[in-house]
Amino acid sequence: MGALASTSFPAALTVLVLVPVAGALVLLAMPRTRPDLFKPVALVASTVSAVLAVWVLAEFDAGSAAVFQFWQQYEWIPGWGVSWQVGVDGLSLFLVVMTALIFPLAIVGVDAEHSPKPYYAWMLVLEAGCLGTFVALDLVMFFVFFEIVLVPMYFLIGGWGHGRRAYAAIKFFLFTMFGSALMLVAIVALAFLHSEASGGAVTFDLTAIAESQVLATDTARWLFLAFALAFAVKVPLFPVHTWLPDAHTNAPTAGSVILAAVMLKLGTYGLVRFGLYLFPEASVYFAPLMITLGVIGIIYGAVAAAMQRDLKRLVAYSSVAHLGFIVIGTFALNTEGLTGGVLQMVNHGVSTGALFLLVGMIYERRHTREISELGGLQKPAPLLAAVFMVVMLSSVGLPGLNGFVGELLVLLGAFNAHRWWAVVAAAGVILAAVYLLWAYQRVFHGPATGANAETPDLRWREGLVMAPFIAAIVFMGVYPKPVIERIEPAVDAIIAHVGDNVAGFAEPVADVHPSVSLEDLARSTDKADHNGGGAEHSGGDSGGGAAEHSGGNSGGSGAEHSGGDSGGGGAEHSGGNSGGDSGGGGAEHSEEGG
Amino acid sequence: MTGAVLAQLPVRTPPVDWAGLLPVLLPAAGALVLLMVRSLVPSRPRGRADRRAAPLHAGEGVARAARERSEQEREGPDPDATGRHLPQQVLQPEVLDAVWTFAVAVAGLVSVAVLWQRDAEVEAFGGQLVMDRMALFVAAVVLGSVALAAPTLPRYCRRVGVAGAELSVLILLAAAGAVVMAGAADLIVLFLGLETMSIAAYVMAALNLRRLESLEAGLKYFVLGAFSTAFLLFGIALVYGATGTTSLDGIAGYLDTYIVLRDAMLLAGLAMLLVGLGFKVAAVPFHAWAPDTYVGAPTPVTALMASAVKAAGFAALIRVFVEALGVRADDWRPAVFALACATLAVGSVLAAVQSDAKRILAYSSISHAGFILVGVQAASDSGVAAVLFYLAAYAVIAVGSFTVVAVLSGRTDDRTGLAALAGLGSRKPALALGLTILLLAQAGVPFTSGFVAKFSVISAAVEARSYWLAIVAMVSAVVAAFAYLRVVVAMYFGDEGSDGSDADDASPAMGLGAASVIVVAVLFTIAAGIVPGLLESLSSTAAGF
Repeated sequence: MGALASTSFPAALTVLVLVPVAGALVLLAMPRTRPDLFKPVALVASTVSAVLAVWVLAEFDAGSAAVFQFWQQYEWIPGWGVSWQVGVDGLSLFLVVMTALIFPLAIVGVDAEHSPKPYYAWMLVLEAGCLGTFVALDLVMFFVFFEIVLVPMYFLIGGWGHGRRAYAAIKFFLFTMFGSALMLVAIVALAFLHSEASGGAVTFDLTAIAESQVLATDTARWLFLAFALAFAVKVPLFPVHTWLPDAHTNAPTAGSVILAAVMLKLGTYGLVRFGLYLFPEASVYFAPLMITLGVIGIIYGAVAAAMQRDLKRLVAYSSVAHLGFIVIGTFALNTEGLTGGVLQMVNHGVSTGALFLLVGMIYERRHTREISELGGLQKPAPLLAAVFMVVMLSSVGLPGLNGFVGELLVLLGAFNAHRWWAVVAAAGVILAAVYLLWAYQRVFHGPATGANAETPDLRWREGLVMAPFIAAIVFMGVYPKPVIERIEPAVDAIIAHVGDNVAGFAEPVADVHPSVSLEDLARSTDKADHNGGGAEHSGGDSGGGAAEHSGGNSGGSGAEHSGGDSGGGGAEHSGGNSGGDSGGGGAEHSEEGG
Repeated sequence: MTGAVLAQLPVRTPPVDWAGLLPVLLPAAGALVLLMVRSLVPSRPRGRADRRAAPLHAGEGVARAARERSEQEREGPDPDATGRHLPQQVLQPEVLDAVWTFAVAVAGLVSVAVLWQRDAEVEAFGGQLVMDRMALFVAAVVLGSVALAAPTLPRYCRRVGVAGAELSVLILLAAAGAVVMAGAADLIVLFLGLETMSIAAYVMAALNLRRLESLEAGLKYFVLGAFSTAFLLFGIALVYGATGTTSLDGIAGYLDTYIVLRDAMLLAGLAMLLVGLGFKVAAVPFHAWAPDTYVGAPTPVTALMASAVKAAGFAALIRVFVEALGVRADDWRPAVFALACATLAVGSVLAAVQSDAKRILAYSSISHAGFILVGVQAASDSGVAAVLFYLAAYAVIAVGSFTVVAVLSGRTDDRTGLAALAGLGSRKPALALGLTILLLAQAGVPFTSGFVAKFSVISAAVEARSYWLAIVAMVSAVVAAFAYLRVVVAMYFGDEGSDGSDADDASPAMGLGAASVIVVAVLFTIAAGIVPGLLESLSSTAAGF
């Protein structure tokens, strides 16, 4: 991947990260006697970042989404080869935008219960940390931001949380720190081994290391495991997920929103950028493991969510399930799956962020989150119920809303790669409908008794906070093309990168199915599936996806049946993939120098 | 005969670059001048003087008398309250002692800076003392710690009733010894420096005559320290026996030139040196003295033991093992590997289960020693650079953290339990924030010097292919983080009910000195974490000996 610097505002991303820090410093310097000013200051700082992020989105060149844009590099610790290097491509663009937009909403939507000054300061520090993680293109810089987000979140949970907040905060901190402890060793080892093998100076430049791929296979696999552990804790994947329900349940509302919407994505984003891109061979090798863990997460999260009595805990476990989808999409290692995974990162951020906000609103009204205590809220609070309904259906994956597009792509990708796992994962979609609809039913339907009958409806401010979420949910459900066409080139480039560097790799893993007849069967079933589903979301996108997919198959498994399949359209796509050396990214993919 | 002697006058002594030795001479002379002045000039009106100035020779009878006095005193008015007026305070002898200590340390730092700029290695006394870049770096750490700790002394001494002049004298003497250790080019000189430093430290640890724990700390430190010194001396003797020289260069040259066929004596000597120096840096399993000593000693002394004394110990370890015995690195690296693992594990696990802030910091200091040993184990230039960086970063963090503890510790200097910290976040937000940042730095959180220090050590270990050691180090960092988080929890997330019912009077006004120390420590910690380039280039320059 090459890199493009922005000409009009080269420091856009750096400023994007630093503005919240400046806001936090301003807050720190403000006198305690003006508590009314803390929130506006925090809001201004986060809004400036949001505006900047939207500007980046507008200026982003969709045609070269596989390239790092707004790229910038400064020396940081020259003695160790560490630099401040930032840039966004199609993978990180929407995560950056989503992060920058959700923070002001979380700040507006939720008031600090007490001590507003440190609360808003920590929120801003958290924002800077999250944005920094998504734009970092230097391994050490990435690690530094990846790790620093623990501190503000620890204080937010511990200081403004409920219940066993200190326990939850410490558990959160230690789990995540343990994961990243080994990643630090791996990062350093990677840099040294890379410089040894390539004969250059020690560098932590992501692109330089990823593009050269000089490590021995075994070494790369070990390093991948260390990285994957850090990300698996953050995601969280099945065996290391136990911090998440505790953290979510005890966190303040804004903390939960950020945790679910943004911080979990640090893990999934890391798996793509620092898993697939950095260690293609190891990713292919460990893909079955990761997909297995993802599927376990889907089923386990769904079953656990269905059993929860606490509404917030239910949403927390639903995150475990949703993040499982993202992981299987990522490690399906084909365009549909990975595109769906990246899209689903954004979708989950929007819908689960909104769900946590709504749960917070319910808690604020009723001072309980026990589902059994709630009931019949629909009558006194119809607007709240309507909004909750839309958000919940988006989370379930109802066609026409954003969750559907991402989940469909993920399942398509997974089906091609690991058919039976995809079948099991699809069952997770049904389970999601079960636990969410059941929860909705228990909370909003039925007779409103006692305090439930007095529940006030959405206030103006709350409505305004929820409006952008609803808009995003509907827009991305009805017309996902502008989003997908920015994500896909970057995804294609990553898949092509995997294909270039892994001998015998063919998207989507054709040699998993040894028998040709079975494969044919799979393809025809899957094509029918695809076309059937494609009608529901935007036409242009689904056509591209289908053509792409069949092209990939024909490239992988030989020419005998390519003619019939790729007739659907998009000849240039299938050509690009069967060529094998360059994906949709085209010429920019070839190394352009630092 | 007489004529022949006279004819040779003036006697030609080897030239000594006295200016080059200023980092040693300044603290030593400063200590002696202060000692003389304070012995000759009565500093207070009678009655007050004998109440303040406890005797230097802490004999048992005197100690008991002092304790009895202090029992009576405890009923009396708060010494802080009596000396509220500013003019009086400035002229108080403790203040003058502290100002003197600070000035001497700063002068020493200036001399270090000048010598660093001069960029010429100073060799003195026939090459037995070498002020090279590494010695200067460690000297800067030592003198910087002293300068940083000095402003906290007057108020602390007055509050707790520790004799200020004696403490200042001993601190400066210990600093002189530490700088000698850093510059030692000969095992004997190293031993002299170590003894100078250690004996001063033994006495300092026992200087709070009102606290039994302090006396116990001094005794433990002394007995085990003497024990370890015996090991060190025996080790020196054996190495001398094996190589025929005590000069570090000579040993390195000998081992370079000759292959020692029967190396049992050399290896035994090497092991004993490791044991002796391991005691000094409190490496597990030679750490038994450290927690009790750290907790019992007057808190500013603890700060210096964790910073200056530790820095000198590691400087000696590098001099002896990396520099002189570098050829035999394959022999000692496994031993240091084991020491480092044990130190990391024991230090962090035991830190995590303590319920006293000072004790947590004491055990964490052991775990930091383990981290530094990881850098030593790399036995490379980058390893040494990492060690030096870590020493500098940790010295500042340690002085800052222990200063916060000292501020909170109350008149008896023992209110350091986590309960005493309850609600500090709301009672004293600035102090709590300062301690939080320093603790997070110790945990290795990014954008603090602690992270960069850990990063550099891990880099050195990975570069030397000691992957497992790096992993052990990082995992134990997580365990240690639990200990720090417990302190933070106590400060911020404690139950609303217990916001320090008895803690309130235990945290008197901080005073300008302690406040500025904490501010400087926090600023340095953050600055070195965000822009580590300068300190990194200094430490790697220093490592290229």
